[in-house]
Amino acid sequence: MKFSGFELFKQGLTGNKGWGPHWRTQKPRHAYDIIIIGGGGHGLATAYYLAKNHGLRNIAVLEKGYLGGGNIGRNTTIVRSNYMLPGNSEFYSHSLKLWEGMEQDLNFNTMVSQRGQIVLFHSDGQRDDAVRRANAMINRGDDAEILSTAELRKHVPYLDFDNSRFPIYGGIMQRRAGTARHDAVAWGYARGADKRGVELIQNCEVTGIDIENGRVVGVQTTQGAIKAKKVAMVAAGRSSQVAAMAGMRLPIESHILQAFVSEGLKPLIHHVISFGMGHFYISQSDKGGLVFGGNLDYYASFAARGNLAMKEHVMEAAMALMPIIGQAKVLRSWGGIMDMSPDGSPIIDKTHIEGLYLNCGWCYGGFKAVPASGFGFAHLIATDSPHPTAAGFRLDRFRSGYGLMDEEGTGSQHNLH
Amino acid sequence: MRLICPKCGERDLKEFYYQGDALALHRPDPSAEPKLWDDYLHNRDNPTGVREDLWYHEAGCSTWIVVRRDTTTHEILSTEIAAIRKTSEEGAV
Repeated sequence: MKFSGFELFKQGLTGNKGWGPHWRTQKPRHAYDIIIIGGGGHGLATAYYLAKNHGLRNIAVLEKGYLGGGNIGRNTTIVRSNYMLPGNSEFYSHSLKLWEGMEQDLNFNTMVSQRGQIVLFHSDGQRDDAVRRANAMINRGDDAEILSTAELRKHVPYLDFDNSRFPIYGGIMQRRAGTARHDAVAWGYARGADKRGVELIQNCEVTGIDIENGRVVGVQTTQGAIKAKKVAMVAAGRSSQVAAMAGMRLPIESHILQAFVSEGLKPLIHHVISFGMGHFYISQSDKGGLVFGGNLDYYASFAARGNLAMKEHVMEAAMALMPIIGQAKVLRSWGGIMDMSPDGSPIIDKTHIEGLYLNCGWCYGGFKAVPASGFGFAHLIATDSPHPTAAGFRLDRFRSGYGLMDEEGTGSQHNLH
Repeated sequence: MRLICPKCGERDLKEFYYQGDALALHRPDPSAEPKLWDDYLHNRDNPTGVREDLWYHEAGCSTWIVVRRDTTTHEILSTEIAAIRKTSEEGAV
């Protein structure tokens, strides 16, 4: 079924009885050309672009739980392209363009809202750094503006501009940045892939990867053995466990990133705002909840819940930036399992095993990357050569030291990102 | 999660700095082959379940501590002073 204004009107008049499921319920067949391990945002986008851009159909996505049940369903939904380093910058620039065309492309309302992102700075040194970053963004063809405090006061008057410890000196505004409806992104790509013949198989955990003479030949799953010519691993926080089935040890350590939602409030915060003196960022969902988060908890974990130390830091940063939200009650908090790479940038690459491909290391920035990650990974799987926008995400950059993408400039070491 | 410092007892997580996998105690020889250095610096087992990592009691007694814990439950299984662990391991060799 194609979504349209007319269809919505028709269904509304006929009791909404005509809506059906958006993808088929599948049992795995015994063989496919391509198997994608992981039915999250990146895996589903990969399947979609394999079908759409490369005309491939004989594809299965294997998901151990339900589609979109991992990080795509538990993030803070921010979409932006304010990266600076070559390798990252063209990739996220491409991704933002794909976000802009996503709803028409997928015929699905992913609620992409280009409400603008403001990243604040609080000192002369930070201003210099912000100007450099904004120039890099403009040179690449994206939008960025440096806003003075006078201009900022018009947009976000409720910030504590004259905070004695962290006065606000200005901010970078990227107007094309914003938010999207996270679950809908997974559903839109799932629906689009299914419509093009991709088989989406849920409750199917991969328990082994079959390799013969250095070439992948299939996988073992909780629903039986499945043969495949190519296998793509897109398992986010569980990447190490999946790759271990192929005898690989990845440059990945899984960490917790917490997020928080307040009770529903009337419209208050109209942008995405990032604090520059402590890790804190916030937006308001269409339901009215303030959605905010901070930094990693900074220790390896698969618990999908965080600890009080980082909660306290996030709340303190919130109060330093916008005391106005002090009376809002936190409704819930949760943790996602982040596949952290040493330099904080992702990996989209072939492996040393023929026919086995790897997509991981999205750290705390996987959501905005979903479209371009699927686009680039599909290109790699289909053609065995990297897409120009994702060519820098090499697995061997840590071993060789060539092409490291340390966006924060803190060093290529596991506990620094 | 609260960590048990062998010198100070159970303390708030905020007092500690996380270094990473306790394989940091097993630094390869400077002349070791690149593969060993790559494994030491970058590649990780990243287990779901029990692992050992290295923490520094930064806002406390400045002791480096090996923490054995469960990554799926955040349960702390045991802690010991890294220097003593290293001495006993090297003594055993």
